[in-house]
Amino acid sequence: MAISVEFIHNFSKILLSTCRDVLPIIALITGFQILVLRQPIPHLRRLVVGGVYVVIGLALFLAGLEKALFPLGKIMAAQLSDPAFIYGADAIVLQADWKAYGWVYLFAAMIGFATTIAEPSLIAVAYKANEVSAGTISQWGLRITVAVGVAFGISLGTFRIVTGTPLYLYILVGYMIVIVQTLFAPKSIIPLAYDSGGVTTSTVTVPLVAALGLGLSATVPGRNPALDGFGLIAFASLFPIITVMGYAQFMHWLSQRKK
Amino acid sequence: MIVSIILKKLKQAVTDLLPIILVIAFFQIVVLKQPLPQMGEVLFGALLVVVGLTLFVQGLEMGLFPIGEAMAHALARKGSLFWLLCFAFALGFSTTVAEPALIAVAAEAAEIASAGGLIDSSQETLKQYAFGLRMSVAFSVGLAILIGVMRIIRGWPIHYLIIGGYVLVMLMTTIAPPEIIGIAYDAGGVTTSTITVPLVAALGVGLASTIRGRSPLLDGFGLIAFASLLPMIFVMGYGLIIFR
Repeated sequence: MAISVEFIHNFSKILLSTCRDVLPIIALITGFQILVLRQPIPHLRRLVVGGVYVVIGLALFLAGLEKALFPLGKIMAAQLSDPAFIYGADAIVLQADWKAYGWVYLFAAMIGFATTIAEPSLIAVAYKANEVSAGTISQWGLRITVAVGVAFGISLGTFRIVTGTPLYLYILVGYMIVIVQTLFAPKSIIPLAYDSGGVTTSTVTVPLVAALGLGLSATVPGRNPALDGFGLIAFASLFPIITVMGYAQFMHWLSQRKK
Repeated sequence: MIVSIILKKLKQAVTDLLPIILVIAFFQIVVLKQPLPQMGEVLFGALLVVVGLTLFVQGLEMGLFPIGEAMAHALARKGSLFWLLCFAFALGFSTTVAEPALIAVAAEAAEIASAGGLIDSSQETLKQYAFGLRMSVAFSVGLAILIGVMRIIRGWPIHYLIIGGYVLVMLMTTIAPPEIIGIAYDAGGVTTSTITVPLVAALGVGLASTIRGRSPLLDGFGLIAFASLLPMIFVMGYGLIIFR
């Protein structure tokens, strides 16, 4: 039963840290209610129950990820970027050949897509967007568009690590595209598009993606994990902005053409 | 009745997780040609993830969204700009300052800076550097939510502010020390935790739907965008000040 004891220990640690995340929020809201607003909160019971659900749900979610998916994902990231897998067991590699890393790019894209679909903060924002737009923005439409952006971004990010080109060039070009798109995209999508950049990278994506970046920069010849391992998260938060605006532009164009 | 609702929510959570399971199975079996290790552990973990996600979404609908909106309504009704902005800043600052992801990134950033010879490698300096980084990120998130709320109230168009921010990031990138750039770019992504995002989204939408003349879709979103842009600027600024 050693495993279950270890698991319970692990779970309580995660539960505790989730509670610590909620603590400042509770303190802030209670403080404002008592000192500034001086009103009782309506439906307090329901809110408290909902809050407890969120904390326990998130803790279970994270504990499950740590138990099942993170170890597997991290092992796979390490195996896929292992030179023995990429160049064959006996090859001596001094210079990275970017064409040899096809499986890494594909893995990066697919894991980026898959983790984004499961990202709880994106689920929350998609839910809100659907509600506010009275159904014109579909939850799955937004989530898939964002996930495609993350997939492309992380895949390009691994390509950058393999080739060793400077991070800022990619980011600057990405910003240029965002600025140009902003001028032409339908106004109503712009705030949501900007927001979707920030929500993609939290509990599910960051640990897996960070492991991929650090693993890759440690095994590719000539890369330094301290300098090249960072930056994948920046890719993951930039490209969804582009795909969400792009999708809105495409839909707008389609409806214009029909008329 | 209740059973069918629960089943529907569970099914939803399974659909959310299906892509991850498929990707990992595909790479493990087809590409790496290895059996899945510790099948029992993995299945148990997946079960926890499904139940956890179901509870989380249920809790969003019952707790986090309503409380965010209730606070927005109450503060807007009170009509005091000062307290509203106080609340906005405190929400951003307090949820970020203790964020474990941020603490980890700050500590790592200190290691990199000392390895690069930018700061000396004594424990004291490392701690001070990491603390300064954390504070500047937390302050920037507080300020970001404050600016975002101000924007909703005044109805400023978001794109000028964001594009202005991007241009600033680009300019600072050209003069900031290279050791801080990667961290700065990533800092934008790690600050917004899973509990903060729904709350902030509900706050924005709640405010935009209470204030006359604001559209929830056009004005309610955008708070998270500020919260991921400003930390980049502040972290690079911190790097520039410290390393001069």
